Formats: sequence, structure tokens, C-alpha cells
Amino acid sequence: MRDKEMTTPDVRIDEAGTTGIRPLLEIRDLAITFKTGGGEVKAVRDAHLTIMPGETVAIVGESGSGKSTTALAAIGLLPNNGKVSGGQILLDGEDIAHASEQRMIELRGNTIGMVPQDPMSNLNPVWKIGYQVRETLRANGRPSGPDDIAKVLSQAGLPDAKRRANQYPHEFSGGMRQRALIAIGLSCQPRLLIADEPTSALDVTVQRQILDHLETMTNELGTSVLLITHDLGLAAERADKVVVMYQGRVVEAGPSLELLRNPQHPYTKRLVESAPSLASRRIQVAKEQGVETTDLLAPAAETAKSDTFLQIQDLRKVYKLRQGLGKATDFAAVDGVSFDVRRGTTTAIVGESGSGKSTVAKMVLQLEKPTDGKILFDGVDTSVLKPAELFKFRRRVQPIFQDPYGSLDPMYNIYRTIEEPLRVHKIGDQASREKKVRTLLDQVALPQSAMQRYPNELSGGQRQRVAIARALALDPEVIICDEAVSALDVLVQAQVLNLLADLQANLGLTYLFITHDLAVVRQIADHVCVMEKGRLVETGSTDAVFESPQQDYTKALLNAIPGAKLMLPPEVA
Amino acid sequence: MIRFILRRLLQVIPVFLGTTLLVYYMVFALPGDPIAALFGDRQPPQAVIDTLRSQYHLDQPFWVQYGLFLKNLFTFNLGNDFTGQPIAASLARVFPVTAMLAVEALAIQAIFGVAFGVFAGLRRGGWFDSTVLVASLVVIAVPTFVLGFVFQLVFGVKLGWAKPTVGANADWVTLLLPAVVLGLVSFAYVLRLTRASVSENMNADYVRTATAKGLSRPRVVLAHILRNSLIPVVTYLGANLGGLMGGAIVTEGIFNVPGVGNKLYQAVLRSEGPTIVSIVSVLVLVFVVANLLVDLLYAWLDPRIRYDQ
Repeated sequence: MRDKEMTTPDVRIDEAGTTGIRPLLEIRDLAITFKTGGGEVKAVRDAHLTIMPGETVAIVGESGSGKSTTALAAIGLLPNNGKVSGGQILLDGEDIAHASEQRMIELRGNTIGMVPQDPMSNLNPVWKIGYQVRETLRANGRPSGPDDIAKVLSQAGLPDAKRRANQYPHEFSGGMRQRALIAIGLSCQPRLLIADEPTSALDVTVQRQILDHLETMTNELGTSVLLITHDLGLAAERADKVVVMYQGRVVEAGPSLELLRNPQHPYTKRLVESAPSLASRRIQVAKEQGVETTDLLAPAAETAKSDTFLQIQDLRKVYKLRQGLGKATDFAAVDGVSFDVRRGTTTAIVGESGSGKSTVAKMVLQLEKPTDGKILFDGVDTSVLKPAELFKFRRRVQPIFQDPYGSLDPMYNIYRTIEEPLRVHKIGDQASREKKVRTLLDQVALPQSAMQRYPNELSGGQRQRVAIARALALDPEVIICDEAVSALDVLVQAQVLNLLADLQANLGLTYLFITHDLAVVRQIADHVCVMEKGRLVETGSTDAVFESPQQDYTKALLNAIPGAKLMLPPEVA
Repeated sequence: MIRFILRRLLQVIPVFLGTTLLVYYMVFALPGDPIAALFGDRQPPQAVIDTLRSQYHLDQPFWVQYGLFLKNLFTFNLGNDFTGQPIAASLARVFPVTAMLAVEALAIQAIFGVAFGVFAGLRRGGWFDSTVLVASLVVIAVPTFVLGFVFQLVFGVKLGWAKPTVGANADWVTLLLPAVVLGLVSFAYVLRLTRASVSENMNADYVRTATAKGLSRPRVVLAHILRNSLIPVVTYLGANLGGLMGGAIVTEGIFNVPGVGNKLYQAVLRSEGPTIVSIVSVLVLVFVVANLLVDLLYAWLDPRIRYDQ
């Protein structure tokens, strides 16, 4: 009977291939409901999942797909308003879907460990790292002396663990905190580790190191891993099996590479197509627009040669860091950066957090004053602009920021949000402004009915479209995108990138694209500037940088793209 | 840290001078002649008035009076009040009483407020939470003088559980009833503050992680929810201690507690500049020290706060 319900081939393979060995975790027909103000919401329906001892299984899906909820149910940590309303969660044969809290406390830590998503918020800020490790060891009846703590931490790759154990979380970098959390998750050598987006908040190179380390550790200990991620490339690279969830259901499951090469469900197909890390071997816009693109790009490149729109010359920004009383040291956030941006092209600035890329963006936007160096916009030095000229300059250069939740005023409806720049710059009258807003909404493919809605009524992708429409309101020539797609799910991200590419083709916009995500760069940029610690380490055309990177740092960044090494057959790519 | 404490203590000097000057001036500017008030309906001979005036330097201009007051203060000679009693002695009598009352009230607020707040916050929307919320609203809404008289009547007179008035010999037991009345209003605020803070911290990621580590529920609550939730509560309690030490004129009045509030009230009625300003001076010190303690407690509760930067 069960077999009939299984729509996925992998489960049958499991059943056939593993007779005699009991799965460590088996989730059957799992249903989870949430009680909300508007009644009961089914977050997960008929979820199936099998993890054998020592196996790594990844659940992939976008936010709201139920992937985290499923994993939290397995460790008994559903939020208060959620409950398992059907099905079984079998841990080594024992159904723990409705286990008592006492039983769950016994299992947690010892048998099921967890590495949570956000290293910034998952360590208690008021306790030392060592204390937070010690209470884990102690709660699970393991030796918890200073040496044991140091051992656990250093196994997770934290250098100088003895001293570090005496520090507080705020004295740790994001990567170090995540290592501490991995140390805590694995400290009692659980048989199953639930890793919920363990690295999505980290820089790519750090991400790679940490995942490598996690893999080594779990291999050594023989731990099974349930990996939750939104990144199909990462899942395929790290897991033996991938389970794809969509709107609370498992839509497809199977061995990673097989699923990637031969996706069956339409949703999986779309996911494979849009995953930037997998698609990074081609330029998406080129594919979208087919043959025309080459024709379109060629003249653009021709005119561009003679038309340098934005010139950054030896730009420097020095911040004073206070160190105790009256003492200050100089910190060069941006140090001698020079590059040109041509009209109608996209230049990407890539780097990890702290590389100074956003500071460059702020200086180009005239939100920060450079300490040294020049920014020439259309041949004019922007540092000598008078207030009135600066006001005009702002019309021509517009930003789109990362966080579509934070960059829209929650008290403004969408119409007012998009209309505001027009009003500020005193363009047109009421009627013509409304017409303009309608045109803009069309351009970003939002329904006109969105005008009366408020940001909290829109999805992340829709909000980012509103931010784009607002940026376009003044018919700017340059748009600075500061991590404009980083906060979005892959499918939405692909849509927004396509939209930006279309707008560029139609309106001749120039983009300066700030991002940490090289995969995105490949899809959108003509030129790349790689920044490290305030300096420009490599610059060139996107193809050149991707195909033959010159600097070690660029190579490391490229290597760190999850799934980049997975070669896809031509019919998918 | 030492440097921070020193800096904070140095701040006492301008604060002290500023407040005493202001209060002294306000007393000086009060209408009516304190000496005349001293004699009530009787009309004393002019010579007596003049002697008294010069004895208390009331015939001098404001700056001289204030200067003399400072000089006395720094030579630890506060002088006598208008009834001829040494001010220092009467301060030494009233402050311990008020301090006892304040500490008792603060303890009631802190212990019960935090405990009730934690239980209410952990089960938000439960019967305990709802009951306690309504009850605290009633306590906040009813004025202290009503609460005071009701408690005095019910517990002091009808039930006889406590002495209805305190009188001259105040001790911890006799002060309990007024301390409960005094603490009740702030208890309601502490409760609500703790409740809000706890129910917010309960959903913090690190609390979920703590549970995922296999910790027992009491341990999660004590080590991870409670400590993080205490930060705003401690601020409130610290500010409150200063207020309590200032004496509760209404409560002390109802229960006849010989404390600072009573003394200050009488001094104001008599326009006794030196007494008023002496009390205020001590209060300034109490406030500064209480705030310093709050700041130090802060740094202990939240290691992200560092004062030496």
C-alpha cells in the first residue's frame, strides 16, 4: 500500500536495496498544521523521507515550502501553534511524532543534533561560548571539563579553542560562530544531524570551508545528515539524495545527480533551470533573447568603447576606528580602486563582506564622501557638485537595495512609494504622475491593482519589483544594485534578473551591480571587478574572469560556488 | 571598568551642585516668611524675629545663604532646623526607616513581579496570564491612597494581621504592610515588563537552539530566557529604587511612617531651606549610586555592553 503512494523512484530503490538495514529516520505521510488567526493552515502534507545510517539527504525548496518545518518536526521543535496532524516520524523504528517532551529532551543533543541557520541569532549573546558548549555536554551526561570543551570546539575547526571558549559570541565572526554551533550540534555525537541552511548567512569561501569541515566530521562519526537548503547546487554537491519540496509537498526525490540531470516534476525542472550556481555556465539573458542578443550586444559594445559613462579613479575611503581614549587607527575600507563603467553595460563588483564593495556603491551614490580619488559621472567630477547639481545628479543615478523589507516604507502604499521620487523632483502633475506609476508597474510586471496595497501585503519578489519601479520612476541612466537579488528565493531571483536584463535592453540602462554571489554575476554582468579587503584584485570581462581567473582570490571565489563542479549534460544546461 | 566608575562618580559633583542650587533657590523664592510661620498666630517681638533671622542667615542675600549652606555641608555641620534640632540627627533618624521601607518594597516588586511575569510570559494567553493581567491593570488604575486605606482597614483593622500604623519604632515587620502598598503599583509594571520581555525572548533563535541541545525546560527558562529578559526590568527597578528612597509621602502619611517623605513634607510646609536641601543632597547621592549600580548590573547581564570603549 505504501508503495502505491510513493510517486518517487528513489524510495523504491531504498526499499529494494537496503533490505535488512533499518533506516535511521523515516518520515511517512507527515502532515503538519499551523493554527493561525485565519484558521488552520496545512504547512506540510504527505511528506515522505528516508535517511539511512551515515547517509546525507537534502531537502530543497523555497521559503514556505515546508522544508524547515519538516525538519523541526523531526526534532520536536515545531513552534507552539504548529502540530503534527498526521503520519509518522520513525527514528530507528520508534515513532517520535507524538513523543513526550521528556522523551524528546532525552533524544535531543544525544541522538538528534541540530545546526541552525543564522549564526548571528542562534548563540545566546549573554553567555560565553565555552559555557554554551558545556551545558550541552552536561545536559547529555558527557564529561564537560575545560579540555572536553576545547576538544569539541577545535574539532569543529575553531583555532585556539581554549582561549576562544572564554569569549562571548559578539567577539566571534559569523564563520566562527557557525563553527561553534556545529561544535555544539555534534558535541554529543548524535546519530542524526539536522543542518538547517547551515551556511546561507555566510560568505561563499567561508561557506565552502564550513561545509567541507562538516562533511569530514560527519563522515568520521558516521552521522546521518538532514540538510535543509534552498540551493539546489549545494544540495546536489553535498547530499546523496535530494528531496524537493514545494508548497508543503514532496514533489520529487532521488539520488542527487540523477535528479539534477533528469528532473521529472515541472517544479524541479524550473528549479534546475534557475539555480544560479548550476546555470552559471551560460548567460541567461543570451538564452532568453535567443539569436537577437548577439546582435543587440554587439552594437552596444561598439558604442560603449567610446562612451565611458562612469569613471572611478583611485578611490579611497578611510574610516577612523576608535581604540580606547582619544586613540584612533585608520581603516581603509576602500583603497585605490579604479575602474570604468560603459554606457548601457553591466559592471559587477564582487567580494565578500568587508571587501569594501558596498562602500564603493555608497560613494558613487554620493551617500559617502570619498577620502581621496575621483568619481567622474558623464565626464563631470561629482565631488564638486553644488547642492542643486547634486539634486539633478540623483535623478540620473538611482539605487536598488538588498532588503526589500527594509527599503520600502511600511506606511506608504505602493502608489505613494513609486510616486514619491516624482513628487520630490516636482515632475508632472497629479494625473501625469499617476499615468507614469501605471506605466512603471507594467514595466516591472506588477498588476495595477498593487497600487493601493502596502508593502507587507506583497511577497519578497514583488517588493523588489516595487523597489525597481521606484528606481526607474525618474528615468535614470545608471542604477546601482546593492545585493539587489540576494534576499530572494532562486526562482524569484531569476525572474528579477530577467526583468533587469529586459529593462536594460529596452531602456539602455547602465548597471553597477554589487554582489557577493559570483553565480549571479555570470548571469547578468559584462564586466567584473573583484574586490578583496578594500582593493581591486582583478578586473576584466565576465567571460575572461570566469574562464581564466588570474588571481588566487578569484579562483577561490569561483571554486566556492556550490555545485559549480557538477557538470551538467547539455540538454539541461 | 574602574575608569568608568570613577568618571561616573565625578559626574556627581556638577549634578550635586546643580540640584542643590535649584532646590535652594526654589525654597528661597517661596512666598511667606518662615519665621512668622514658626510662631503661628502669635506675634513675637521684633527683636526675637531679628535674632532668629540672623541666626538662620535669613537676612542675607541668596548667594550668601547658599554659600554658607555649602560650607556647612563640607564641614559636616548641617546646623539646626527651625525647631532647634540638629538636622544631621533627624536625617539619621528618617533615612534608615525609608531605606528599610524602600528595600522591602523593591524586594516585593522584584521577586513577585519577575516570578509572576515569567509564568505569565511563558504561557501567554493562558488562564494565569489573563488573570494576572487584569489584576495588574486594577492595581495600576487604583490610586495609592485608596489602596493604602483599604489595606490598612482590611489587614490592619479588620483582620488584625498587621499593625495599622507604624509609629516611632519602625522595624521590618511593622513596615511590611506599607511596603506591600508601596510596592504594588511598581509590581504591576515589573510584571508586565517581564512578561513582555519573556514572551519575546521565548521565540528567540538561541532559545530554540538551547532546546535542541537537549536542555531541560527549567534550564532553558532560567539560563536562556530569564537572564536575557531581565535587562529592561533591571533598568526599571534601578530607576524605581531612587524614587522609593525619595520617600513615599502618601504611603508614609497613611501608615504614619517616620520616614523621609514625612520629614520632607513638613520641611516644605515650614519653608526650612537647610532641611529640604540636606535631604535632597542625600537623595542625589542615592540616585547617582543607584544608577551606577544599574549600569554595572547591565554590563554583568549583557556582556555586549562595555563601558571602557
